[in-house]
Amino acid sequence: MSVAVTKSRYQSEEFSARLRRRYAAERRFRIAGMVAVGIASLMLVVLLGSIVSKGYTAFWQAQIRLEVTLDKQHVEERNYTAIVRQALYAQVPAATDRATRRSLNDLLSSGAPYELEAMVNANPSLVGTTQTVWVRADDEIDQFMKGFIRRDVPESERRLNDVKIAAIDALVANGSIRSTFNTTLFTAGDSREPEQAGILGAVVGSALTLVVTMLLSVPIGIAAAVYLEEFAPKNRWTDLIEVNINNLAAVPSIIFGLLGLAVFLGFFGLPRSAPLVGGLVMALMTLPVIIIASRVALKAVPPSIREAALGVGASPLQTVTHHVLPLALPGILTGTIIGMARALGETAPLLMIGMVAFIVDIPGGLTDSATAIPVQIYMWADSPERAFTERTSAAIMILLAFLILMNGLAVFLRKKFERRW
Amino acid sequence: MQLTVLLIILALLTVIGYQMGRSRAVASVGGRIVELHSVPSYHGFYVALWAGLPALLLFAFWGASEGWLVMQMVLSGLPDRLVNGDAQSLGLLRADILNLAHGVTTGREPDPEVVAAAERYVRLHALGDWSLLVIGCCVAIGGLLYARRRIDPDLRARNRVERTVNIALVICSLVAILTTIGIVLSLLFEAIRFFAVVNPLDFLFGTHWSPQMAMRADQVGSSGSFGAIPLFAGTLLITGIAMAVAVPVGLMAAIFMSEYASPGLRTWLKPILEVLAGIPTVVYGFFAALTMAPFVRDVGNSLGLSVSSESALAAGFVMGVMIIPFVSSLSDDVINAVPQSLRDGSYGLGATKSETIRLVVLPAALPGIVAAIMLAVSRAIGETMIVTMAAGLTANLTANPLDAVTTVTTQIATLLVGDQEFDSPKTLSAFGLGLVLFVVTLTLNMVALRVVQKYREKYD
Repeated sequence: MSVAVTKSRYQSEEFSARLRRRYAAERRFRIAGMVAVGIASLMLVVLLGSIVSKGYTAFWQAQIRLEVTLDKQHVEERNYTAIVRQALYAQVPAATDRATRRSLNDLLSSGAPYELEAMVNANPSLVGTTQTVWVRADDEIDQFMKGFIRRDVPESERRLNDVKIAAIDALVANGSIRSTFNTTLFTAGDSREPEQAGILGAVVGSALTLVVTMLLSVPIGIAAAVYLEEFAPKNRWTDLIEVNINNLAAVPSIIFGLLGLAVFLGFFGLPRSAPLVGGLVMALMTLPVIIIASRVALKAVPPSIREAALGVGASPLQTVTHHVLPLALPGILTGTIIGMARALGETAPLLMIGMVAFIVDIPGGLTDSATAIPVQIYMWADSPERAFTERTSAAIMILLAFLILMNGLAVFLRKKFERRW
Repeated sequence: MQLTVLLIILALLTVIGYQMGRSRAVASVGGRIVELHSVPSYHGFYVALWAGLPALLLFAFWGASEGWLVMQMVLSGLPDRLVNGDAQSLGLLRADILNLAHGVTTGREPDPEVVAAAERYVRLHALGDWSLLVIGCCVAIGGLLYARRRIDPDLRARNRVERTVNIALVICSLVAILTTIGIVLSLLFEAIRFFAVVNPLDFLFGTHWSPQMAMRADQVGSSGSFGAIPLFAGTLLITGIAMAVAVPVGLMAAIFMSEYASPGLRTWLKPILEVLAGIPTVVYGFFAALTMAPFVRDVGNSLGLSVSSESALAAGFVMGVMIIPFVSSLSDDVINAVPQSLRDGSYGLGATKSETIRLVVLPAALPGIVAAIMLAVSRAIGETMIVTMAAGLTANLTANPLDAVTTVTTQIATLLVGDQEFDSPKTLSAFGLGLVLFVVTLTLNMVALRVVQKYREKYD
């Protein structure tokens, strides 16, 4: 934007200087706006970038090949640890003294004997044979293979001593270490050992919680919205309800957690850590969101539809159920899905009602102890192991994938069914 | 198990009731539907409601009271030496019975009387479930038969069904009020119990926060002190940092998007902000704790400053980023609501775009923007996960953003996570803090709404 050079008779020296200043201010203002948008976008990129770059490695897991001899005696004694160790010593023939062998034991995941046991239990005919199996490596070996534990650091500051690194080198040399897709992450519950920890328990817990939330908040929310929008008389009472709903929508989520703790756990004596209670709390929390979204959708239905229905003799309820609700349904659905997505990402209320617990088993019912994906993220983020940091990032990616899926569905529904009158 | 069966039976009975009512209504007029007062489907709904509703109410009532009732019966059967204790030992006894009944083994050897009571509890519970199944089915079938007998061409089925539905709708809309009442009551009750131990003035104006209570009276550092000023100061510090990030960036982003950006650019920018708004707070917390805090510390150390690894700056900055979309979308709405004629008038006087925005649009939108900022402040104060993960636990009374501070929400979360006894002042103090938090955020929201209503310029 250059200063216009015209033959205006106002074009004095001061005038053009003033104009230049004003245009410069204009440019500065515009740039400030761009910078603001730029900062927001940059933060999004940095945020997602740091999570993906920290977490993508968690989808791979190092495994060690073992030639296990399932001799009868050990199997009968259920001494699978011995079987696994013998196979490991055979892989690293250089290790002969006890100290070296002891540090070799740490190469394998502590879950390896159980894996083997499960394999034998599933197929008893394996007893007495020699099998080639790939078992999970310990998380530190995994981190070393991924390059997060540096070889050039002095031994005293390294999490792996030289003996172990030499053993790993030997294993790498004969092709006994491989990196595979980390299925454990998707099929296991929580664990203290990173290489055995998975997100499935949390996913199931979240799903159970969301089911309770949905079953409660959607019908109640839609019914409340229908009442307030279509039937309620305009008086102080309904005004109070309206103000109330708007305020509830802005109450911090942790307050709902306190409510759940005092009322559902303290007063009704429902079990701690249960998806049932989590769902109840989440339902109360998402209720205002759903009511507000549903009211907007109902408001968007033109009055002519109602008048036409009433005109041909439909009762008010028939008008709503046969005509207004079906037309408002896409909007209501969109609002509901967005509310559910918010409930899925919510953590603080669940901390209050004890869903922040170390739970290995996959929950099987509404009153089982369970945790949820965001809470799992919170707990893993607190764990000191490097392997848990990468699993936390992976869990975040899984959570974000669910959220993108839900929001994408909402956008799709809005695009497909949106009607303008 | 029995409860699931009952629910399935109830669902079946309502469907059968609907069909029955419908066909009976049609049959009662020999197929000439015109002679019915209500259309046949309303007769169907009428019977279905009678079949399902009373049994369902019974079911809900039973579910709410069964545990308590059974426990009372079990306790009344126990010898006096177990039952006659203070409230605490009684609570312990209840927990023991429940644990045994659910097959949870506690470390210590249980009293044989308690074992017997637990068995009795299980037996009574099962008996209760079975009787509920039988009674529920009887009620449902009874209701169904009663309603079916009343089907008649003159039955005002529509009016009755609609009245029932109306009542149900009113009850649903009352849930919001009940929630608020529940929040207020639960916070108040626990807070009053807390203030019975700790003087409210000491709580609100004390400057030392260390909620550890001694187990024994003679323990060193026994009395916990509950002066919440450091928490309030920490909350304000982090909120202030967050606002210093979110308000300028959010506001300028909103101005840029609504006044400068072309429609094409806007379709790109809006989703970016929406994604930023949709990211769960635990993710921001993780980012703040593992990426931002070390970054801030390293930058500070390289400048020769001593920065805590849980600095308020990192948590506040990330919280600000979280709130940017909140500020920008609310301000976007109010800026767009300023009528175009005002802008056109300003342009007509020769003002540049930025002058128009600064001198005309923003003043006109000011009440809305102020309200947006107040709502954002209330969000920041109530935000839990970012500060729990990235801010510290030490209650420092400082204004230095490079120090670690703690906030109200962090303390609530840490005080209540884990297994504490429910009535120690330490646990109860969380409810005192919750009450303060609720009152402050509620006031901010109310004032924000009032500002919008009172100072809104009326154009048109």
